[in-house]
Amino acid sequence: MHYESPVREPLVIGDKTYHDITRDVARPIETTAPKMWWIAFSIAMAMFLWGVGGILWTIANGIGSWGLNKTVGWAWDITNFVWWVGIGHAGTLISAVLLLFRQKWRMSINRSAEAMTIFSVIQAALFPVIHMGRVWLAYFVLPIPNQFGSLWVNFNSPLLWDVFALSTYLSVSTVFWYVGLIPDFAMIRDRAVNPIQKHIYKILSFGWGGKVKHWQRFEEVSLVLAGLATPLVLSVHTIVSMDFATSVIPGWHTTIFPPYFVAGAIFSGFAMVQTLLIITRKLFNLEDYITIQHIEMMNIIIMLTGSIVGVAYITELFIAWYSGVEYEQYAFLNRATGPYWWAYWSMMTCNVFSPQFMWSKKLRTNLIFTFIISIVVNIGMWFERFVIIVTSLHRDYLPSSWSMFSPTAVDIAFFLGSIGFFFVLFLLYARTFPVIAQAELKTILKSSGEKHKKHHSDDNHGHH
Amino acid sequence: MDTTNSKPLVRALYDDDDVLLSAVKELRSKGVRITEAYTPFPVHGLDKAMGLKETRIAIAAFLYGCLGLTTIIALTYYQMILDWPMNIGGKPNATWGWNMPAFVPVMFELTVFFAAHLMVWTFFIINGLYPGREAQNPDQRTTDDKFMLEVEDGEKVLELLKKSGAIEIAHV
Repeated sequence: MHYESPVREPLVIGDKTYHDITRDVARPIETTAPKMWWIAFSIAMAMFLWGVGGILWTIANGIGSWGLNKTVGWAWDITNFVWWVGIGHAGTLISAVLLLFRQKWRMSINRSAEAMTIFSVIQAALFPVIHMGRVWLAYFVLPIPNQFGSLWVNFNSPLLWDVFALSTYLSVSTVFWYVGLIPDFAMIRDRAVNPIQKHIYKILSFGWGGKVKHWQRFEEVSLVLAGLATPLVLSVHTIVSMDFATSVIPGWHTTIFPPYFVAGAIFSGFAMVQTLLIITRKLFNLEDYITIQHIEMMNIIIMLTGSIVGVAYITELFIAWYSGVEYEQYAFLNRATGPYWWAYWSMMTCNVFSPQFMWSKKLRTNLIFTFIISIVVNIGMWFERFVIIVTSLHRDYLPSSWSMFSPTAVDIAFFLGSIGFFFVLFLLYARTFPVIAQAELKTILKSSGEKHKKHHSDDNHGHH
Repeated sequence: MDTTNSKPLVRALYDDDDVLLSAVKELRSKGVRITEAYTPFPVHGLDKAMGLKETRIAIAAFLYGCLGLTTIIALTYYQMILDWPMNIGGKPNATWGWNMPAFVPVMFELTVFFAAHLMVWTFFIINGLYPGREAQNPDQRTTDDKFMLEVEDGEKVLELLKKSGAIEIAHV
């Protein structure tokens, strides 16, 4: 039996039994949706459909329907791509990295964080695929024999590395998530009364029965997948940053990009987990499982990674000055004081300044404050990518080609549509999937549940 | 587990994992053969208490990773060096070794891809899990909060089970 110090706060609040966990996790699936869910779903669906319109318009009329021009050839599409990939990073970080570090507090949040990862990587993948223009030729990025003789993909290109990194990340995350879901689907299956529901969960649960040998393999598979996913998640944003870092554009050509991007990704990902979980725990009465302590832990990570990002911004500025390269120096001067100064300072305020409030225990355990900061951080991280991409491009070497970027209605529709699509997926997930990894959570009930902890500490006092 | 044995089985239900664990130890020390256990979550130490061997699935994952690495080395060598070498910016794809640093990202990704996916497929196949399969657990409560042992019937088995804290005992 795993023992935990009584000093540690309980991770499951209240006098819970194993059956209580089963019941509480199954409740959102077995009951009808709250009214708030329908309101949120309708808004998300409307945004999604608007986005579908934007995508169809782009496919029909070409990339010219976006606000790109000769100088700014990458703008919102790549900004949104990097933003969504970054958000995806928290899920794997919670489920894999925290598993390797044996952080038990990950258990009530890992399922939803992984779901968020998968759904946001889907949004991310949309942007480069649509940006290809001829979407039906997207298979050209795969190293497969084709009708042009032996014309292969270029394995030297960071854009191709991205294809491999993204598809590996998306598929491995999905598999990791699904393996964990199987015992929980089996739990829903065994409780289901409605025959249609029972049949659906029978299919989803693959016949899982919780045999002892299967659990042994299950735990080993989870551990190995975590071990594989940990370097994988770090590699993904590293490779995304190399799309920029391996080019020769001033402002992009910096060696600091990989760690700086990874820290930013974790930062924005945790902020999105906060946004989603603060709503989910309230909507489905899961406050006893996703506790203030969970929120606080994530706020500490937001504070830490936000500060790392801040150090990276300042390092970039210093190195630009120290390099003595006037193009590099101008790129950074132009970011802070040029026509896009407002984007730069929005980024600085949202990403570097706002997480510093989390030093205060009172603020980082305040739900409303956390919710606001979580939104602010994601706005800031969107601006970070916009600043890196657009302000580095819009004034190139020849002043005669200097220009500005302004998004068209199609750009806006596509971006907001991806947010809608993300929430459509998440809201459907929250109603049909067990949002807490209940089988895993039951393993820590006796060591970290409130009732059992009290029991242990009473025992200890008795011995003295 | 042992198919040649045709002794009748007894199923005992427990409502606590610690009781289950001590019951398993007790029954095995008395020479009762336990054929299966169904639990709602991984009960740590149960596999050792039941005398199960360590799983070798991690070794399989390592081998799958090696296969992935070999595949991508072969793919990059064939496509970029042998079949269609390119000269990009005055840097020709002359030998695989010289070009290797640019292949490191894809080499890593494909290693992970093969190791993860093939390991999970292996996991599904050796456990007999596939979409639509009938539930493997005989009692629906064992995915909620009950724990079931399946033991071979014999002398005093019922008595031992009762003493070990079983809440329900039934012949199969």
